[in-house]
Amino acid sequence: MFVDFFYHLRGYGLKVTITEWLALMRALAIGYSRADLHVFYNLARCLMVKREADFDNYDRAFASFFMGVENHFDISDELLEWLSNPKLPRELTDEERSRLEALDLDELRERFKDLLDEQKERHDGGNRWIGTGGMSPFGHGGEHPTGVRIGGAGGGRSAVQVATDRRFRNLRSDRILDTRQIGLALRRLRKLDKDEGPEELDIDETIDSSARNAGEIDLVFRPPKRNRIKLLLLIDVGGSMDPHTLLCERLFSAAHKANHFKKFEFKFFHNCVYENLYTDISRWKGEPTSEILKRLDHTWSVCLVGDAWMSPYELTHTGGAIDYYHSNQVTGLDWLRKFRDRCPNSIWLNPEPQRIWNAPTIHLIRQVYPMFELTIDGLTEGIDVLRGIRPNRALAA
Amino acid sequence: MSFHSFTGTDSYLAAPELRDSVNVAAALEKPLLVRGEPGTGKTVLAEAVAENLVMELLTWNIKSTSKAQEGLYVYDTVQRLNDARFGDKDITDISQYIKYGPLGQSFLTDQRVVLLIDEIDKADMEFPNDLLHELDRMSFFVHETGKQHSARFRPIVIITSNNEKELPDAFLRRCVFHYIAFPDKAEMEDIIRVHHPDVEAELLQQVLLRFYWLRDLPEIRKKPSTSELIDWIAALRRGGVSTEVIESELPFLGVLMKRENDLEAVMAAHRRGRVN
Repeated sequence: MFVDFFYHLRGYGLKVTITEWLALMRALAIGYSRADLHVFYNLARCLMVKREADFDNYDRAFASFFMGVENHFDISDELLEWLSNPKLPRELTDEERSRLEALDLDELRERFKDLLDEQKERHDGGNRWIGTGGMSPFGHGGEHPTGVRIGGAGGGRSAVQVATDRRFRNLRSDRILDTRQIGLALRRLRKLDKDEGPEELDIDETIDSSARNAGEIDLVFRPPKRNRIKLLLLIDVGGSMDPHTLLCERLFSAAHKANHFKKFEFKFFHNCVYENLYTDISRWKGEPTSEILKRLDHTWSVCLVGDAWMSPYELTHTGGAIDYYHSNQVTGLDWLRKFRDRCPNSIWLNPEPQRIWNAPTIHLIRQVYPMFELTIDGLTEGIDVLRGIRPNRALAA
Repeated sequence: MSFHSFTGTDSYLAAPELRDSVNVAAALEKPLLVRGEPGTGKTVLAEAVAENLVMELLTWNIKSTSKAQEGLYVYDTVQRLNDARFGDKDITDISQYIKYGPLGQSFLTDQRVVLLIDEIDKADMEFPNDLLHELDRMSFFVHETGKQHSARFRPIVIITSNNEKELPDAFLRRCVFHYIAFPDKAEMEDIIRVHHPDVEAELLQQVLLRFYWLRDLPEIRKKPSTSELIDWIAALRRGGVSTEVIESELPFLGVLMKRENDLEAVMAAHRRGRVN
């Protein structure tokens, strides 16, 4: 049974190793679990899960292993998350939209929660669906085919109930981030420079060390401290990016404050990159993109931030730019390719969650740039690509 | 020794899970890594364990410049050079110039001690990896004297981290991990009663209500912690503020919120709340 549990945990993405497993076995052998599932829950967790970001996964694994509690949590998570995001679904008609706006979001959320609570208390055989009834104005049922089921714990095993509570949900690292977390992620970019280049003789340290060593000469070498990272940040502003303004601001201010880049530049664009890039958010002051490209070379890293959500012709047609008076000669996609060719070390960060990356333009752009979610995990992965420790792979065409 | 030895102290209330984690770390002789928000009592835990188990506490405060070697020992060459120049001492015995750091000392004592390695994430990324061998084997080698020192009594090692840096996997594998969650209302009441034994129930309820409301505001960047709450209560009581005023005005907010943006956000949210 216990070996099964080990693989069960690994199946949930927890990197439990044999060493940790053996430690648990030792603790059990000396009678530590006191034959109490609750104690075992804590014991196994403190020995095998070493990041609070993984606690939630552990809870789910534990609950499903010991109770067979089926895991339908995600759907309600998604719904709540979606409800807390004031952005409206894109495919609504104007009529639907106006109907929607008449509803108070808080009220709706309360009603949804009430429904959920009610369900938890009832215990009537486990399966009662929260139908689309309460939610129907949103008409989004297609994404949640069967609604929400609550795994009602029937019997008194408290540890499993604790696990099904999923108290550590908020610590998951795939949630969105704040400036400090972004700053920390960007600090990873600094490491690149340390690994490069031959070591240099540190004169000051050598003199100091030789003196300490009673006159015996002691040479001190260290890697050069030059920072080689040059980062160009291109941020999509306006339109469909409005709901993500806060997140982009945070990324921007973190990158701006990170003074460890050799060079750091930022430009704004609207929807897609065309002949001009802008130096201010209101997009008044522009600079020809071709001029910017001339300044760049392969030592630059380019990080584009945008939801990559547009009409296909905005990307693939000349004259397809979103602004009516703007008639572009080169297609948006070609501009993107030019950047990629100039600076192969480039990524695209998308503030939208990956599960809704289904627009045709997202697919096209992913063939040019590797795309990552703008979350801690996504940002870290993206930075690993920039550092060259993860393969830089765009989607196959 | 028995497992259930650490029980918490009068001034430090340890949750049962935390007690279990401490005891299992002590029993398996593995370091206990404690993580949690600032002000959840990570550092104080080591003091409580030492007090509770009647052991000596050795503290190693990590700084950004700390090196693993310093924790074990430092060879004081300058002192030796000085002694050699003035010739008033026998300098042939090198061992007298070996100065042991907290980690080294904790291996050399003739009884079990508690070693606190505080804020390990402050140091360089590679720092924890440099400690792996010593923490695993609980022994170290002094090159200058050619002597191997092994711990006779393996210390109870408690390591705290504020999560500033991600710790290496190899290091994490060797630790027992405990995350101190932020106390909920009931636990917080107990904690406050330890610090303010005679606080009025009404005031306490009102303060807690406000405090958790504040922490839940999504726009707050730096959430106030336990120690700030305790200070706030002290300020409110000394100022003789009534519960009604706390509700309507949120006085002495500067004690809780240290960032200007957060202060403004709280005041804005508070105004919104009163309008509704």
